[in-house]
Amino acid sequence: MTDFTMRVDQNKYLPAGSGEVHAIVTVEASGPIERAPTAEAAEIIIVDTSGSMSYDKIAEARKAARAAIDTLRDGVHFAVVAGNHEAQIVFPDRAALVPATPESRNAAREAVTRLVADGGTAMGRWLRRAADLFSDFQQAYPGAIKHAILLTDGKNEHEKAPEFAANLAYCTGKFVCDCRGVGVDWVVAELREIASTLLGSVMDIRRPEDLEADFRAMTQAAMGKTVADVALRLWTPRAAKLNFVKQVSPTLEDLTGRRTEVDALTGDYPTGAWGGESREYHINVRVPAGNVGQEMRAGLVRLVLPGTGEVLAKGNILAQWSDDPVQSTRINPRVAHYTGQQELASLIQEGLQARNDGDLDTATARLGKARGIAEKAGNEETAKLLDKVIEVDPDTGTARLRRDVDKADEIALDTRSVRTVRMRKDPEA
Amino acid sequence: MVSGACPACGTLVLVGEAFCEQCGHALGVAGCTACGAPAVGADGYCENCGMLQPSGRDHVEIELEIAAGVSDRGLRHSRNEDAMALTAAGTVAGTAAGTAAGTVAVGVVCDGVSTSLRPEEASQTAVDTAVAALAKQLGEGADPETATREAVRLAAEAVFALAEQGEDAPACTYVSAVVGGRQVTVGWVGDSRAYWLGSGSEVLTGDDATPGTHMLTAWLGADAGEVVPHIRTFTPDGPGVVLLCSDGLWNYYPEPATLAAVALNATPRAAAQRLVRLALEAGGHDNITVVVIPFGPGDQAEATVVFPKEQQ
Repeated sequence: MTDFTMRVDQNKYLPAGSGEVHAIVTVEASGPIERAPTAEAAEIIIVDTSGSMSYDKIAEARKAARAAIDTLRDGVHFAVVAGNHEAQIVFPDRAALVPATPESRNAAREAVTRLVADGGTAMGRWLRRAADLFSDFQQAYPGAIKHAILLTDGKNEHEKAPEFAANLAYCTGKFVCDCRGVGVDWVVAELREIASTLLGSVMDIRRPEDLEADFRAMTQAAMGKTVADVALRLWTPRAAKLNFVKQVSPTLEDLTGRRTEVDALTGDYPTGAWGGESREYHINVRVPAGNVGQEMRAGLVRLVLPGTGEVLAKGNILAQWSDDPVQSTRINPRVAHYTGQQELASLIQEGLQARNDGDLDTATARLGKARGIAEKAGNEETAKLLDKVIEVDPDTGTARLRRDVDKADEIALDTRSVRTVRMRKDPEA
Repeated sequence: MVSGACPACGTLVLVGEAFCEQCGHALGVAGCTACGAPAVGADGYCENCGMLQPSGRDHVEIELEIAAGVSDRGLRHSRNEDAMALTAAGTVAGTAAGTAAGTVAVGVVCDGVSTSLRPEEASQTAVDTAVAALAKQLGEGADPETATREAVRLAAEAVFALAEQGEDAPACTYVSAVVGGRQVTVGWVGDSRAYWLGSGSEVLTGDDATPGTHMLTAWLGADAGEVVPHIRTFTPDGPGVVLLCSDGLWNYYPEPATLAAVALNATPRAAAQRLVRLALEAGGHDNITVVVIPFGPGDQAEATVVFPKEQQ
């Protein structure tokens, strides 16, 4: 059984008259050493088979899908969906998930080999088809891990925005979806929207030949999940205002709008499936100011299985009013670190947007500042990617946009802007 | 927020009220001290407003059959530097009149001097020492005035001993009452007060402070010089209440008549709770400690002679 622990980092001391409370909640799940064969799981592999995938991309996509199929544990229910302007289940030969066996895996590999690139792109329809397959499976296996992989190389061109939005809303909460963009013609914002909504990740795959290893790793990670549909349940005092709930590690994800009310003071935020891993959340609550010396619980954070109400871990976010400025002005290092990580991501995204809009001054300012933060906070990978877009004079600190930027580098920088690093050293430890 | 009717007298009571405001009936629900919601979790936080409930000395209530006391941190101080103690002492062999005997109630209130170091230690040490001394002395047959003088002497010594080289000496005020037989004996050092509330309500003590200020002219502590307590014995001519309090109460409500209107006709605990709540509602600027000791009809019934109101 997976064990969860929760830790809250904050400076609980507030000056008189203040009510702004920030806390970083770290949740750690220690998975079983060996894989958990007991966890029921389902996997759907969705491969873009639009016309643009022709030649080497479709060939590499076939290989990648086969690698994913090979990685499926025996007994995991699965299917393969080919997507263009519509969605087609290429395996099995009916609208259902089938358990992985040596025979079914072979049949699936065979089916994948026949994938051809043709037609348009309508990702919402692919996802809807997957959602229906998962829903049928869910009837028989409640509480199972439900995971999809979506691979695309292009824009979502053949589905109007309202239809896409409706399809995505239809899928929400039904499964977790990790998205992969291959090449340089896909739109980071589109995949980010899908992955955010479906609690998954986005990664850029620069070269088609890298797909196979990535698919294998992603499927392995999915097989390592042991607990499905976990929610962060947050209670706040009656007079409090909840400003935000964000996942800040391993990636940035604003969960504020994802609240499901439990009662007047409590809401659930979905976190998807968990294996052996650790995630961190930044919570900001404004409470009514108390009197010096008083202590208040500004938030009660619980990790729960909403279906059964089982509490996996919990922690308190506190506020205590102090007339000692030394106590109340200290900023918790972890809160500071993740506040910096959020600023870094915003600067990169705003800077790239400005650059595309031709506002070079704003782009230079934002990306130059981001470069500085990345270096200080230890975001080495981000700093390297920033260096491909912007040049900073090491002596004067003057930033200058590079003239020729590889599109793949820009996509990588944008995609990975939401990936955070943990604090380099923990002064509390 | 009205939660319902008092089961004893039918008066409407508020959510979180521990006692009926009308008849003092214990309502059995300890509500949140901040918002009143009857939803305090086992971990001490209110499930409605989140406020941590007072613990330790932040809010203390003592209830004996013969008396009750409530001490509260107030709203502006980060800790409660007041302390109180209550006990029932054995029979008093000799009173001033030399006749009546019976159980006596003993109460002590000390207010730590905020400008001294560790004032909460001074006040706690003083009440602990004094109440033990009073009980012992009275039990051994000392008269209340002698017992009080001895209690103050020992308390002063104990507080004196808290001082360490090179720091401001811990310091506190002192007021005690011995209530039993037909008499009340109060002793005090500093500006904590004793009141008689009943027929002819009055302040029994005179503050050791520069008039109109809180500058103490006497206190217990290593820097206090020789401590000479004021002692006064008083014979009520009817039932009533002896009230001991720190300045956290009387700063807001100095008038005996006002205090009497709140404290009389209630159980000692309900009276003490009401007075503390009044001080909190008035601003709660200081720690508030209230001890209520009834001088009951029982004592009066034993009295065969009406004594003059004051004997000293």
